[in-house]
Amino acid sequence: MADFKEISPNASAGEKLLNWVDNRFPASKMYKEHLSEYYAPKNFNFWYFFGSLALLVLVIQIVTGIFLVMHYKPDANLAFASVEYIMRDVPWGWLIRYMHSTGASAFFIVVYMHMFRGLIYGSYRKPRELVWIFGCAIFLCLMAEAFMGYLLPWGQMSYWGAQVIVNLFAAVPFIGPDLALLIRGDYVVSDATLNRFFSFHVIAVPLVLLGLVVAHIIALHEVGSNNPDGVEIKAHKDANGKPLDGIPFHPYYTVHDILGVSGFLLVFTAVIFFAPEFGGYFLEYNNFIPADPLKTPAHIAPVWYFTPFYSMLRAITSEMMYALIACVLAGAYLGVTRAKIPALFKTAVVGGAVVLVALMLSIDAKFWGVVVMGGAVIILFFLPWLDNCAVKSIRYRPDWHKYLYGIFVINFVILAYLGVQPPSPVGERVSQVGTLFYFGFFLLMPWWSRLGETKPVPDRVTFTPH
Amino acid sequence: MKKIILSLLLACGLIAGNALASGGNSIAWDKAPVKTTDLAALQNGAKMFVNYCLNCHSAAYMRYNRLTDIGLTEQQIKDNLLFTTDKVGETMKAAIDPKQAKDWFGANPPDLTVIARSRAGHEGTGADYLYTYLRTYYRDETKATGWNNLAFPNVGMPHVLWELQGDRRPVFNTKTENGHEVQTFKGWEQISPGTMTPQQYDQAVGDLVGYLQWMGEPAQNTRVRIGVWVVAFLLGLMFIAWRLNASFWKQVH
Repeated sequence: MADFKEISPNASAGEKLLNWVDNRFPASKMYKEHLSEYYAPKNFNFWYFFGSLALLVLVIQIVTGIFLVMHYKPDANLAFASVEYIMRDVPWGWLIRYMHSTGASAFFIVVYMHMFRGLIYGSYRKPRELVWIFGCAIFLCLMAEAFMGYLLPWGQMSYWGAQVIVNLFAAVPFIGPDLALLIRGDYVVSDATLNRFFSFHVIAVPLVLLGLVVAHIIALHEVGSNNPDGVEIKAHKDANGKPLDGIPFHPYYTVHDILGVSGFLLVFTAVIFFAPEFGGYFLEYNNFIPADPLKTPAHIAPVWYFTPFYSMLRAITSEMMYALIACVLAGAYLGVTRAKIPALFKTAVVGGAVVLVALMLSIDAKFWGVVVMGGAVIILFFLPWLDNCAVKSIRYRPDWHKYLYGIFVINFVILAYLGVQPPSPVGERVSQVGTLFYFGFFLLMPWWSRLGETKPVPDRVTFTPH
Repeated sequence: MKKIILSLLLACGLIAGNALASGGNSIAWDKAPVKTTDLAALQNGAKMFVNYCLNCHSAAYMRYNRLTDIGLTEQQIKDNLLFTTDKVGETMKAAIDPKQAKDWFGANPPDLTVIARSRAGHEGTGADYLYTYLRTYYRDETKATGWNNLAFPNVGMPHVLWELQGDRRPVFNTKTENGHEVQTFKGWEQISPGTMTPQQYDQAVGDLVGYLQWMGEPAQNTRVRIGVWVVAFLLGLMFIAWRLNASFWKQVH
């Protein structure tokens, strides 16, 4: 607790007010800690725009969401009409609605970019593990938020998309059917489902999301930002304890982010005003047909941001299970023959593998598809402990690491593309290979990340003045 | 740069995905004329909509007085487009009883407010579909209504505009491909003339479809008009932000 600070009676009214507040609330202290004296590395590049942009989109979604809730009706008989009411009769309602629907897709674009930045520059490595974990939790929340929000317009895709995904939970052994019933609140997606999804979408998940965002930023400001070189700027400080390669966040990165924000808004508003449906990817055409529980659309696909994970779900067929079992057995074999662990652990590895294979043979592939889809997100949480490379940043890793990350991105895009497609034999094979690559990339990372010769990491950040 | 390549890849993938997703067995869609800014065409389309469609189909989210956006006055709307019992601030309801409609056609005629938005797909816009659909009706005595449609096989709706278009019959070419007989659509044969020439009919249907497209999103013209200003403003803002950023970063060495 700070001492009570008296201020000279000659001080201006503004200074007096600030002093009054500072004696009761750490306003100046927080301003310094998080803005004017938060030292960020001066070598941030293009990829560092996306953190502040994600925050901007979050604010856009919350503010537009507040106004949408004023006119939206969470009722199966009224929901579709209330959205059209917003689009037609509410002054500027169409703008608010398009901002929210485009904002959902924009959120995933900036978050995917933000995560990719963390991936290539090793921003998840010690001491930033918690920053990364909070971030992964935010991503998970975002997925839940988007999924439940998508039901609200109550169109055909809203309805059948929710039906398909909730039915997946029914594949969980023993508790599945009851779990699905609990989520829906009914035997099919219905008014009860719409109401609980509305509640989750407008209050429960956003509360968690906001808390996590605060935790993400507090953790970040505690350890300081990473940078494209992956060197710690705190290792070199001047006489005042200020990092030599750091600059105050405000004003340098605030003006920098204003540039990023204006560029982002240019693209964002161009979509809102000239292509709000974005060719059926941001607003699906089928969703302009009111939900009809008796009429299943020919092709149900989730919105584009879920499709990589949806592809992985569809890749897990009963045939694919044999490939997965082979992977488990190969892993167990390597663990027993190659790992330097006590005999007791080896027995545990063999026992675990046998039980897992037995479960994989006895439980429906659909369930394992759900496990794989969930696992594809959950595995991200473990990234800080999977990466054993001697250096953080892709810049100083062996060249072939760059190609591997490139293939990872292409693989992710191919999975996304296949997830939009109706199922096909070729697509199924490709998505199976893609799924194995995705998991192989992470699960084998402890080994491959150690291979190859890293380049010398500079002592200080590389920076060319503007 | 990487981001640009990535986004291009993404765009290609998604667009290609769209094209490949097709698999319909009906005919290719014709391109609908663009009429959403042509007020005279939209007014004529509105008239056709009220005269021919609104008996069975509702437009339950569309208010009559929104037609002022396409240049009609409330008095004109009241005099020409309203049923006597309706008020100008009400939404467009169908005259038909839904229960009877279901008995007669096998299904309730769908609401048409956002029909043009919902029917878009890989083959074209929703307007393209409607423009094709309303021009590919033909006589088919095997159907209960006596009508069938190339764009919507076994359609429940009879050819409401038949007096304008007249009776027609599709002509097919039969070819043998890989040992199977394949029929490809060749053209139309007019059996009896309608009150309109084929050119006039296409024009009228174009107006109607233009209206349906406009009705799907009445704010669409406003949206584009405002969008130009917003983008222009943001270009200015971006320029200022760029120079502001540069002036601050000059001090960083």
